[in-house]
Amino acid sequence: MGNAINNVLLDFALPSLVVCLVFLVLLKFVAPPAVRTVFKREVRSYFMSPIAYVCVVTFLLVSNGISFWFGGVVERGEADLYMSYFQYLPWFFIVVAPAVGMRLWSEEQRLGTMELMLTMPIAPWQAILGKYLAASVVLFSMLVLSFPIVLTVNYLGSPDNGVMLSGFVASLLVALSFLSITSLVSAFTRSQIVALLISIGLCLFVWLVGLQPVSDSLLKVFPSMPWISSFVSGLSVLTHFNELSKGILVSRDLVFFLSFIGFCLFGTAVGLRLNRS
Amino acid sequence: MIEVRNLSKHFGGKVAVDQLSFTVKKGEVLGFLGPNGAGKSTTMRMITGYLPMTGGSVSIGGADVVDDELTAKSRIGYLPENAPLYNDMSVEGFLRFAAELRQVPASQIKAAVDKAVETCFLQSVRQQSIDTLSKGYRHRTCLAQSIIHDPDVLILDEPTDGLDPNQKHEARELIRRMGKDKAIIFSTHILEEVDAACSRAIIIDQGRIVADGTPDELKQQAAHAGVVVARLRGLAGTGIKQELERLSECKSLEVSDSGEDIICARVDPAKGKTSEDLSSAIFRMAVDKNLTVEELRIEEGRLDDVFRQVTQSDTATKA
Repeated sequence: MGNAINNVLLDFALPSLVVCLVFLVLLKFVAPPAVRTVFKREVRSYFMSPIAYVCVVTFLLVSNGISFWFGGVVERGEADLYMSYFQYLPWFFIVVAPAVGMRLWSEEQRLGTMELMLTMPIAPWQAILGKYLAASVVLFSMLVLSFPIVLTVNYLGSPDNGVMLSGFVASLLVALSFLSITSLVSAFTRSQIVALLISIGLCLFVWLVGLQPVSDSLLKVFPSMPWISSFVSGLSVLTHFNELSKGILVSRDLVFFLSFIGFCLFGTAVGLRLNRS
Repeated sequence: MIEVRNLSKHFGGKVAVDQLSFTVKKGEVLGFLGPNGAGKSTTMRMITGYLPMTGGSVSIGGADVVDDELTAKSRIGYLPENAPLYNDMSVEGFLRFAAELRQVPASQIKAAVDKAVETCFLQSVRQQSIDTLSKGYRHRTCLAQSIIHDPDVLILDEPTDGLDPNQKHEARELIRRMGKDKAIIFSTHILEEVDAACSRAIIIDQGRIVADGTPDELKQQAAHAGVVVARLRGLAGTGIKQELERLSECKSLEVSDSGEDIICARVDPAKGKTSEDLSSAIFRMAVDKNLTVEELRIEEGRLDDVFRQVTQSDTATKA
């Protein structure tokens, strides 16, 4: 047991701490003050209201429950979480990330506070980024609080913690991509429920187009143009998640996720502007 | 301080604001009047840089709202219609948030919050959560937000809406006080407010300016402005009427009440004569004829008459 805890502390707690520290340093010294102000307000608002807690607790119950009872973490006897845990995680995020992010801009529009925020001397991208980062903190804390499963696996055997860590990184990136989709959708509606449902639909879509049957059927429809199939699956979050979560940290996938998020946040800015004119 | 040139806004094919131009100088409080849907809020939203404009330009102290957005915005304090607020914050927390976003230096934030709380009478709710506030306090909290950085320009969209008469009075006093060293635009459809707080007023209708001037100048435009109302007793009504008509200062008169020994009439001054000339002539005549003057006054134009006259086109086309 002691060994397991040591492993987990070294392999997981340390990297998480480093990520937190880097994030805080960037926020404090690099980000414009307006981003920081918006971020602080949003984080406080998340953790003052029940949303964050409900989302985190539900996510933990469901994700751990499923992998213990259905995924068979214990029975498999393999010290590998891909089959039993990581392959399910993105499915939860399809629902959880929109639930966390649905209020980002729709609430702001419904209450009229968007008018307040966007008439302050702050560029729209700063407000978008600040709010997005605050919601990211909620998703990040979900993954951090998933540590018991890591402890269990380390207690049961001696897994490759590096592979597991990349599984978490991949899951976080998928969650953040889904969150950016939600941010984009919430810019177009003042109703949180509409934002939630449409975001879930879109997340499901960008996830499913990467499934093997989809690319197979695309190949059948356009046999002479195999690039269509590979283009579509290359656009899917799933494809990149699979590569990353198997422990292959490929910069191509990282670039994909970051540009995906960047694109959606840019779309949020466009959406907010379109809404006003 | 505020320069609006040919400002236009089209929503789809509908013209909401049509080539509006005006300026507001420092020390001026501009009342922005107009029927509902005339384009008041749309104009204010464009001035504050919230709505993109279809045409024209706005500059705040020389900074263009589009080209130099952040500079322009940093000079403006804005109270949006309906006073939107973040319900999950406390009054103080919200004001700190606003002060930080408004780029008040960190060392001065506390003083700025204190001052805004004091100016808007928020001491008793300072630590309270915003969602528990009454409408009046919500409004004042939002007003406090707009003045927290001591801006040169204040844009207030219906600042007295939803306040009780005492609070309305306080708000007007506040606007008038602040107007001494700021440029303020505020919209309202309560006409007494224009008298109470404005140094100038603009009436807009269907996105166009239909009247512009000081409250007194506007009142002159009322149809009844300058009419002398006289109520005289001592002779039969018809007799007094003849005496009045005989005055050279009188152009025409309209009798509203006539009895055995009384008349009440509205007299129009003749061309080239002022209302004052006319009323003193009436008074001299009454003294000569030994009449009792029960009432003698010059009717001031009323703003709501002017308002109705100049915005009638709207209701006429709808009817």
